[in-house]
Amino acid sequence: MRQVLAILTVLGLGASSALAPGAAHAQSKGEIVIGVQCDRTGPTSIVGVVLCPAFHDYVSLVNAKGGVEGYRIKAIEIDHEYKVPPAVESYERHKKEGAVTMAVYGTPQIYALTAKLTEDRIPGTSPGFGSAAAADGARYPYIFPIAATYWSQGAAAVDFAKKQLAGSLKGKKIAYIFYDNPAGREPIEVLESIAEKEGFQLKTFAVPPPGVEMGAQVLDIAQRYRADFVIAHLFGGAPSVSIKEFKRVGYPLRKVVSFVWGAAEANIEGAGGFPAAEGYYAMQFAGVGTDYPVLNEIREMYKKEGKEPPKGMASTVFYNRGVLIAALHVEAIRNAVKAKAGGKITGADAKAGFEKISNFTLGGLVPPLKITATDHEGGGLVQIWQVKDGKFVKVTDWFAAYQDVVAKHIKDHGAKK
Amino acid sequence: VFHRECGVFKTTYEADMAFYPLPVARWAAAVLAVIFFLVLPLTLHEYYLSVANLVWVAVIGALGLNILVGYTGQVSIGHGAFMSVGAYTAANLATRLDSPWPVNLLAGGLMAAAVGAIVGIPSLRIKGLYLAIATLAGQLIIEWTINHVTFISGGVQASIEVPRPRLGAMVLDSQRDMYYFLLVFVVLAIVGTMNLVRSRVGRAFIAIRDQDIAAEIIGINIFRYKLLAFAISSFYAGVTGVLYTYFLGIANYEQFQIGVSIDYLAMIIIGGLGSVLGSIFGAIFVTLLPIAIRYSMEAFGGIFFSQATVLNLIPNLRLVLFGALIIAFLIVEPEGLNRLWRNIRSYFRVWPFAY
Repeated sequence: MRQVLAILTVLGLGASSALAPGAAHAQSKGEIVIGVQCDRTGPTSIVGVVLCPAFHDYVSLVNAKGGVEGYRIKAIEIDHEYKVPPAVESYERHKKEGAVTMAVYGTPQIYALTAKLTEDRIPGTSPGFGSAAAADGARYPYIFPIAATYWSQGAAAVDFAKKQLAGSLKGKKIAYIFYDNPAGREPIEVLESIAEKEGFQLKTFAVPPPGVEMGAQVLDIAQRYRADFVIAHLFGGAPSVSIKEFKRVGYPLRKVVSFVWGAAEANIEGAGGFPAAEGYYAMQFAGVGTDYPVLNEIREMYKKEGKEPPKGMASTVFYNRGVLIAALHVEAIRNAVKAKAGGKITGADAKAGFEKISNFTLGGLVPPLKITATDHEGGGLVQIWQVKDGKFVKVTDWFAAYQDVVAKHIKDHGAKK
Repeated sequence: VFHRECGVFKTTYEADMAFYPLPVARWAAAVLAVIFFLVLPLTLHEYYLSVANLVWVAVIGALGLNILVGYTGQVSIGHGAFMSVGAYTAANLATRLDSPWPVNLLAGGLMAAAVGAIVGIPSLRIKGLYLAIATLAGQLIIEWTINHVTFISGGVQASIEVPRPRLGAMVLDSQRDMYYFLLVFVVLAIVGTMNLVRSRVGRAFIAIRDQDIAAEIIGINIFRYKLLAFAISSFYAGVTGVLYTYFLGIANYEQFQIGVSIDYLAMIIIGGLGSVLGSIFGAIFVTLLPIAIRYSMEAFGGIFFSQATVLNLIPNLRLVLFGALIIAFLIVEPEGLNRLWRNIRSYFRVWPFAY
């Protein structure tokens, strides 16, 4: 009996996988495929569950409005649980389906796919993660950060601190508290360069993974080091913990600015809600809030279908980032299609399309990026928003700082290898 | 592997230990070789070959871990770290000295073997769960070192790009090239492991697993063989790490974190501890099952749910189904897929007569 059962199980499994069709809809005429990688279940699922549906919403909106120059956009999403082997599999699957651009998700994943993307000539994006050196379009022709890298974020954070501290950093003390992984340590070299230039004292405080234990570091910052300003670069649940800890030791949150992954509604709610985080500054690479024309159009689209807009839209930071990523992909495809009238576009065309993106702001949701063949970051623009009266309030408009220092580091990195 | 035999008529030890117990086994191996070396790579789309490549990497790693856990009975949660030792050794050699890949491969394997033997030292005094924690410490120390020592990691990003392997003038960059490249090492690993476990060393490993005091009494040098088991297993891991690095074109610290060690443990437990075929089955199962589940969901999910729901459902349901199927398989056959396969074989051996 047991054997029979076993055989049936094996046969059943074999049959179900054999029955599953190859899903081999190649890029049919009038359809352009974007490969979307996603993490709805892994360690960064807090981002993925909002960001990925936003991507699809924007693509649906574009298709509802007649597509891109008559072409329909098809976004094929594959979830990789933030693991590398499934990301490789998903990349090859997207390639098979004829994807002309790839929205890669996750730092180890973009590293693992860099060689393949370049060999296969398909542009891949890494907004807000991946290597800062990839902004160098000459060295990494098919990698597009398309948003402020950690180097630009670090530079912008120092500039913001300078403005908050009455325009001079001379002799001031700045603390950098970071998640102790490669992404967390990446900005340190840029911060050190700027510290030398501006004459402030920089001290770094590492938070070991998984980033839930940082009482000692925060106490050190507040009581012993007595920092004049704090730059925080934490991931996952760590930003919420940091807000709580700063509160606990009585350090004013209006002296803390967080990088982009500690800047969402979810991070604030995790720290005990908006009232608890009053004053906290958060850096953004996409606009925050619901007040953008494109978001109204998405809500309209749902209304027309007789449906409620998705709940994820309330989590505006991640949702708007998803819209931003999708919009830049679609815009790159639009540029490519325009440049190649009537022809089928390839990855190389889409790359050229990305490099033509300039002043595409989507009503303020997207920064006025200027992506060129050499600058795949587009200027390193960010906004700072502050937690105030139960919501995020915009403090600065789009700005970038110390781009000369960042450019020098990019150049040095390119020369090193 | 795929043959049927009828009765046991062995009269010598040689016959019992033979690599091919029956002439038909030789034929089966030849047929498999033709399928995997000619039919599959020449007919399948690159996508399927990329999936096969992921399986091949996993097979070598699982074989290595099975030598240690399955054959020698020493639990290790440090396999991912040993892979990273091999990967970073090779990546540093490739970028600093520009050395060819065979040298890097060997160096990566040997370096991992050396580190593995050191991490294995606690196994001389402790066993079971205690040893698992000691190897876990090894994993964390190696992870920390690679993360922080820029001499090894090549910079704060802890990732080193390596050039594609070359064979003469040919650069191995497509998935098809990689398929052959990896398959050669899979064959070497399988043949190597099968021969290892039927040798003097392999028998010593098994003796230590079954009862280490008894093994010591019959004259097996426990110190030597336990460390040897760690070294050989880590050598496999190091080679896996190097192959993975060449496959991806980059060595990155986040590719070898503790989750990877757990995945490999899962492979050999699902496949069957202490069996070569089990390691292969386990590697295939763990790599392919999520993909198979996703394809099934994509095909049938749309019947019941809207597109947006399906997208949200696939990753979640895949995790649940994956877990459920592992439990189901282990309930059906606690000794793993290898035992399941043997049961099926022995059922058909006397078929249509039950028992």
